[in-house]
Amino acid sequence: MSSNRFTGTARYVATDDLKMAVNAAVTLSRPLLIKGEPGTGKTQLAEEIAASLGRPLHEWHIKSTTKAQQGLYEYDAVSRLRDSQLGEARVRDIGNYIVKGRLWEAFTSDVQPVLLIDEIDKADIEFPNDLLRELDRMEFYVYETRELVKARHRPIIVITSNNEKELPDAFLRRCFFHYIRFPEAETMTAIIDVHFPGLKRELLKEALDAFYRLRDVPGLKKKPSTSELLDWIKLLLAEDIPPEALRAVDGKTAIPPLYGALLKNEQDVHLFEQLVFMNRRAAR
Amino acid sequence: MLVRFFLMLRAAGVPVSLTEFLALLEALKARVGTLSVDDFYVLGRTVLVKDERHYDRYDRVFGQHFKGLEQAFAALGEASVPEEWLRRMAELTLSAEERAKVEALGGFDQLMEALKERLREQQGRHEGGSKWIGTAGRSPFGAYGYNPEGVRIGQDGSRNRSAVKVWDRREFRNLDDSLELGTRNIKLALRRLRRFAREGAADELDLGGTIDATARNAGWLDLRLVPERHNAIKVLLFLDVGGSMDDHVRVCEELFTAARTEFKHLEYYYFHNFVYETVWKDNRRRHAERIPTHEVIRTYGPDYRLVFVGDATMGPYEIVQPGGSIEHWNDEAGAAWLGRLQRAYPKHVWLNPEPEDRWDYVPSIGVARQLLEGRMYPLTLAGIDRATRALNAR
Repeated sequence: MSSNRFTGTARYVATDDLKMAVNAAVTLSRPLLIKGEPGTGKTQLAEEIAASLGRPLHEWHIKSTTKAQQGLYEYDAVSRLRDSQLGEARVRDIGNYIVKGRLWEAFTSDVQPVLLIDEIDKADIEFPNDLLRELDRMEFYVYETRELVKARHRPIIVITSNNEKELPDAFLRRCFFHYIRFPEAETMTAIIDVHFPGLKRELLKEALDAFYRLRDVPGLKKKPSTSELLDWIKLLLAEDIPPEALRAVDGKTAIPPLYGALLKNEQDVHLFEQLVFMNRRAAR
Repeated sequence: MLVRFFLMLRAAGVPVSLTEFLALLEALKARVGTLSVDDFYVLGRTVLVKDERHYDRYDRVFGQHFKGLEQAFAALGEASVPEEWLRRMAELTLSAEERAKVEALGGFDQLMEALKERLREQQGRHEGGSKWIGTAGRSPFGAYGYNPEGVRIGQDGSRNRSAVKVWDRREFRNLDDSLELGTRNIKLALRRLRRFAREGAADELDLGGTIDATARNAGWLDLRLVPERHNAIKVLLFLDVGGSMDDHVRVCEELFTAARTEFKHLEYYYFHNFVYETVWKDNRRRHAERIPTHEVIRTYGPDYRLVFVGDATMGPYEIVQPGGSIEHWNDEAGAAWLGRLQRAYPKHVWLNPEPEDRWDYVPSIGVARQLLEGRMYPLTLAGIDRATRALNAR
């Protein structure tokens, strides 16, 4: 069992409660539902679990048009029809026209795989309900070939959601749940250390200060998140911005350089500029 | 012990079921975590709580149920030294003067005792219902400003893991939105208005149609395409801005955001207090760019659903009198314009951000309700729900 312990990786800083959630889900082989602000590393978690436990990763990215059935299998009726017109021999076997979905692939994997169902909230409301039995029993039935597909090893399932839709209770009951909180300064420093080792302390401190100041601006539509912070620091390094440039002399009167990496919404940029302007005027 | 915890969670409104409780026991049996109260806290939260909005309730119940039990846990695991830590924190955070004051009061231990005592009294008095109230901070202990739990919150960090009371920090407090109305919930409520229809370019394979056509074609493939399904509902939103609506800006913004993402065909116009002969689209240029209400009626067909959002709180003459508008001279009364819009859009509702129980005390709301024949609903989730039903009816 010790090999099944997830402890974070060299590239990914996992908090203690996140590790616990992952380990609970792995041990009891229940799907783990992950929510959190965009850009807090929900999707990456699955990759890191796979990397850390040495398991293959199957990814299933959900779009608004995705149907649950597509994760199991699809019957390609049109190619069969076309083949029948051309008189091909493979037409006889309906199995030739069953296209395996992500879930099927994960179920037939030789070692216990990690399956990522990404952004489940993007799909239709009925989507999670259609997967109840599959996630519970880890099996499904292929009607066309009258075959029962059963998971060889119950995959470690990680499901991410951005909260755009409420998920049904019956579905939630089968999952474990973890909400990735926005990291506080201490964790954030650890995360940045992992991504930019050897970053000058001074620059890091100033950057973090500027970042949290920006996050505290009231009324932002989209607060900058971890991934945006990492992008921004990358830019700062590329442009060789000195730490002094980030320092706000009296708190709120400076616009951080390259803030386009942090604010992604023109209304936010506008709001922020107005605030800075007002503060400047007040300071005078 | 755990059964009571389970029942308490249910009583506090965390929707846990037996399945989840059994899963928790299973996890405990499988020794997922170590035998510490922190691990148990996290494990329980992972297994039992399925929505971050309920984290705060879980924290509260956990705090209540396991109050004092951490000592027992600590005895099982490593020993904890909270007192020591408190002292250190006091040293760190108190100024020299304050420390002198502490000494004068009989030293740190007595002070803490007195503080606890005081807190107990205060809790007794203030604790109405299930919420912890942080008013204990109003104590003569100046710089402390916290209750003992509050002080102990400060034990955060990596120094002494076993005594951290994360649940006491209640960091998920503002995620509990049982009262508030978030955009997500509004979107869900508005979703009732969906009506799918196939419109536009045919770019989706119609499997049934293709098979049918192929069979009719004596087995020769005849592909059939249909347009994709879209939400075909069209919504015309009239929003009251300024004046008494300033108190409701936030909820209106949320409704607007939700509606914007939910409906493909959404047109919105602004008015002030009541609808008259003109409306506008841009609040910054509202005096320069006005659009005649007649033009709106001509532009959008009767298949649009009309939604007014406004508190309808004004002088009744603003509705029923020509020239009643407080901003300009209107030749016709607002009621006449409302009537015109009602006739043009048979499916209409008025959403009112004022609480429903206050409606009876505002005469103008009464007038508006009469004109609307009862199609006024409060701007709450339940109200939006009722409004969408009304819009769908007939």
